[in-house]
Amino acid sequence: MFLAGGFMGQICDTLSNDISEIIANYGKGREFLLPILNDVNIKFGHISEHTLIEISRQIDIPIGEIHGVMSFYSYLNHEKQGKYVIRLCKTISCDMANKDLIVKSLERELGIKFGETTLDGMFSLTYTNCIGMCDRGPAMLINDDVYHSLTPEKIYEIVNDIKGGKI
Amino acid sequence: MSIKEIVLGPYIQGSAIKKMIKMTPNDVIDEVKSSKIKGRGGAGFPTGLKWQFATSEKEPIKYIVCNADEGEPGTFKDRLILSEYPKRVIEGIIIAGYAIKAKEGFIYLRAEYRYLKKPLEDIMQEMRDDNLLGENILDSDFSFDITIRMGAGAYVCGEEFALIESMNGYRGEPHNKPPFPTQSGYLRKPTVVNNVETLAKIPFVMTMGAEAIKYRGTFESTGTKLFSISGDIEKPGVYEFDMGITVNDLLKIVGGEDAKAVQVGGASGINVAKKDFDKPISYEGLPPGGSIIVFGKDRDMLKVLKNFMEFFAEESCGQCTPCRDGNYRLLEGVKMMEKGECSVRYFKELELLCEVMKDSSKCGLGQTSPNPFITIIKNFRSEILYR
Repeated sequence: MFLAGGFMGQICDTLSNDISEIIANYGKGREFLLPILNDVNIKFGHISEHTLIEISRQIDIPIGEIHGVMSFYSYLNHEKQGKYVIRLCKTISCDMANKDLIVKSLERELGIKFGETTLDGMFSLTYTNCIGMCDRGPAMLINDDVYHSLTPEKIYEIVNDIKGGKI
Repeated sequence: MSIKEIVLGPYIQGSAIKKMIKMTPNDVIDEVKSSKIKGRGGAGFPTGLKWQFATSEKEPIKYIVCNADEGEPGTFKDRLILSEYPKRVIEGIIIAGYAIKAKEGFIYLRAEYRYLKKPLEDIMQEMRDDNLLGENILDSDFSFDITIRMGAGAYVCGEEFALIESMNGYRGEPHNKPPFPTQSGYLRKPTVVNNVETLAKIPFVMTMGAEAIKYRGTFESTGTKLFSISGDIEKPGVYEFDMGITVNDLLKIVGGEDAKAVQVGGASGINVAKKDFDKPISYEGLPPGGSIIVFGKDRDMLKVLKNFMEFFAEESCGQCTPCRDGNYRLLEGVKMMEKGECSVRYFKELELLCEVMKDSSKCGLGQTSPNPFITIIKNFRSEILYR
């Protein structure tokens, strides 16, 4: 370990254990890189530099290679995201179903702009391309769950439910 | 034929596998070949032929991958199949696996559909309990299992070469062909990649026979097609029609008669104006990618085009120059048109760029992304250029 002992050492040990647990579910083959990165991303909300180094060390693939793969996919984050990542679809059918209204509504209800995370680390707002809900737009994903036929009232209710711990 | 729908119609679970197990793998391939069924992802490669290519490879280990990376704007038919008719797809994968003598299959599921992973896994477990999947299927010596692999948000991974790269643990970048995935795919072994809808049709071919499929559709495009229809219409949703349906007939059914244009085949498809609404949708006619986006009479077509070009500029994998720079330049051109700053001279250069992109891009993305630019401007020249 490059940081031995003390508090940092403990953090790294925990990280190291968490990652080896994830790797143990798959194996160390190159073909498991994406599933491993996906799981790490879900567990920590993002893939930090430390994590990247640790994955590289454990599966013996160069850091640059892993970074290359990671930066290719839009769902793998470098930056820490909120606990709830809201991805609003901006592609044609949702756009024509008045997506702009939902953009404003989300920004008002959460008090942040798209591309930002709330100060309490609860919500991140971001756009995504077509999520296959074109018949029921506007639509968005919150983490893995899909919400469709959105209206400003619905946005208020969804945000409220999350804040109240109902979702 | 009394059964109207093939994928969205009634079906007895397991009946296709029961029939399959009594046939030899080669007979299964012959049946699929004679049905003349083609890939439903959009490219339209004959399915039976693809299976045969994989079978003819010497390498004994082979794989089948179900391409559930449905990312084309306006397409959601695979979501519907996977959430409401999943057993049909899984049976299709098993039959494909049997035909090409594979032991392992995969579903490459896009990250946006992660909520479908658990239900799919539950259904696969149910099928294992019924001895339709796993070790010694229906007490035969055929063992086969399926794993779900998640994508991580990349449109280009719907392209089969990119999908294979992604599954192998690399950046999802398409590469030059050959080799084709049927020669060197997952783990560099022969791999068949089929679309969700294609596989969902296979059980029907097995139970009803190739003739029943050929009875539907047109001579070149046999069978039915699922259409994801959205936009300015009364009844958006997934519809199953015979191949060869005209745009007019389709619009009547979904309640979009006053449309001024229809985008056929998604963002990378082509824009069809009112004068061409009598043309059929099939492999020999308008491209049957499955996505139909309808534009009502008040739509600003330049805004539509901008949305499409933003999509491609973002989703180009960046590997080859014509696609990476070309899409960016086309988007820039659209923005200039918006402001009324695009001269006719520059517009002509952009038209030339479209041709270069079509000819020199590495994969389908860059080869087809100029389509909306060319066809929308062709159909609405005065609306777009004279502002």
